[in-house]
Amino acid sequence: MTPRALDRGARAELPDVTPAGRLRSRHLLGIDGMDAGEIALILDTAEAMQEIAARPIKKVPALRGRTVVNLFFEPSTRTRTSFEIAEKRLSADSLSIASATSSVTKGETLLDTVRNLEAMAPDMIVMRHASSGAPHLLARTCRSAIVNAGDGTHEHPTQALLDAFTIRQHKGRLAGLKVAIVGDLLHSRVLRSNALLLNIMGAEVWACGPSTLMPAGIDRLGVRATTSVDEAVAGADVVMLLRIQHERMHGHFVPSVREYFTLFGMTPERVRRAKPDVIIMHPGPMNRGVEIDSEVADGPYSVILEQVSNGVAVRMAVLYLLAGPDGQDLRDGGMR
Amino acid sequence: MPQVMDADRMSRALTRIAHEILERNRGLDEIALVGIRTRGVPLARRLAHALKEINGDDVPTGALDITLYRDDLMRHPVGPQPVVRRTEIPFSIDDRKILLVDDVLYTGRTIRAALDALIDFGRPRAIQLIALVDRGHRELPIKADYVGKNLPTSLKQSVRVRLQEIDGADEIVIEEEA
Repeated sequence: MTPRALDRGARAELPDVTPAGRLRSRHLLGIDGMDAGEIALILDTAEAMQEIAARPIKKVPALRGRTVVNLFFEPSTRTRTSFEIAEKRLSADSLSIASATSSVTKGETLLDTVRNLEAMAPDMIVMRHASSGAPHLLARTCRSAIVNAGDGTHEHPTQALLDAFTIRQHKGRLAGLKVAIVGDLLHSRVLRSNALLLNIMGAEVWACGPSTLMPAGIDRLGVRATTSVDEAVAGADVVMLLRIQHERMHGHFVPSVREYFTLFGMTPERVRRAKPDVIIMHPGPMNRGVEIDSEVADGPYSVILEQVSNGVAVRMAVLYLLAGPDGQDLRDGGMR
Repeated sequence: MPQVMDADRMSRALTRIAHEILERNRGLDEIALVGIRTRGVPLARRLAHALKEINGDDVPTGALDITLYRDDLMRHPVGPQPVVRRTEIPFSIDDRKILLVDDVLYTGRTIRAALDALIDFGRPRAIQLIALVDRGHRELPIKADYVGKNLPTSLKQSVRVRLQEIDGADEIVIEEEA
């Protein structure tokens, strides 16, 4: 990271939203239920956290004495590493449990696993689970603050926040941008969280994929759905690609990987239909030659690795903001 | 709400501090100013400007946010997490003399946090402290090297520094708490 001009305030770039003073929920379960002020607060805090990565000693004492458990019931390299680094940079004590090595394989239920962890008094639990709603279940029964690191096909809020952070760094704003999300819409928690967040922040969201991978009621997410990639990409400020999720496909959704690439793969020709200053994003892991051409993935407009770096700053912001001492939930209806 | 310093006197106090800095450090090589957010930052910039007027040298200037180093973080019974803003120190502090700038010196806890934060950026040759106002009531063994004005206060009072860059006017006032 290059040194920036003194006092290049994040606020000056974001004239449209005033950040909230605090998050209303003590958990981060999803983008659903958040407002623009809360999102702006997280993004602004992440802006401050980002500078820590450029220091000789990349560590601040903010979460000293706090214990964070990373509970991952699904394989994850990027997200888990990102949370672990974020926790260490904030001086929290953290440990990671992967389901393959835990007693889950011995037949313990999710609630029993978590109750046992809670008996050791952690302050926060970061959880990824294959079932939609699993972190919400924990939030209703646990004392710890719960951070959703991806639940089934439901939400992946920190991914949407880091995507928004990356877009804001490049475009200076979110409102009024055309964002095209292309790929496996049906199985994507990234789509859901991103569509919700971008809508709250006033962007125009297009979702594009084969009709077999288009969830019913997709318009309720506030997106314009199309099966034409050319229409979705035309004049776009941001093109976000979603992975074809083989592991969640228990049926025949696309005839072949080659056919998918021919019809929906992001090629340099397709990118040329977007705005000249378009940025190309991918939450990872990428399938080169399936949803994205290597030339695009490595092209000058690709911000895919920036997304990964920004993930640490955004997760630091979330952990810091949720680590406040008051355990009350300010939202109507309590836990969400 | 008695005013204890107006724009004119504030400007003279800063000019005097700039002269004291030159006197004490024999030149400005290896010196850098770091302002503590919020109001230490414009004060540091004004001092850099004053030093340039006197000596012609540019002094590197940075901004330090101490929120993540506060000793009361996570200890408030209620209330939101304090807002974190960006620290910007666009130069190496190794082997430099760092002049740390704050508006009001009170308990000394902010300065303790700032010292911890600075050390994470490197190993300065020395750190000197500049405060526009020293109002007393120290809770830690910390003393300023340069003071704009010593202001005896009671614990019931609060000292408010207003600066043109942030508040639209230069003045220092004492407010009695209700």
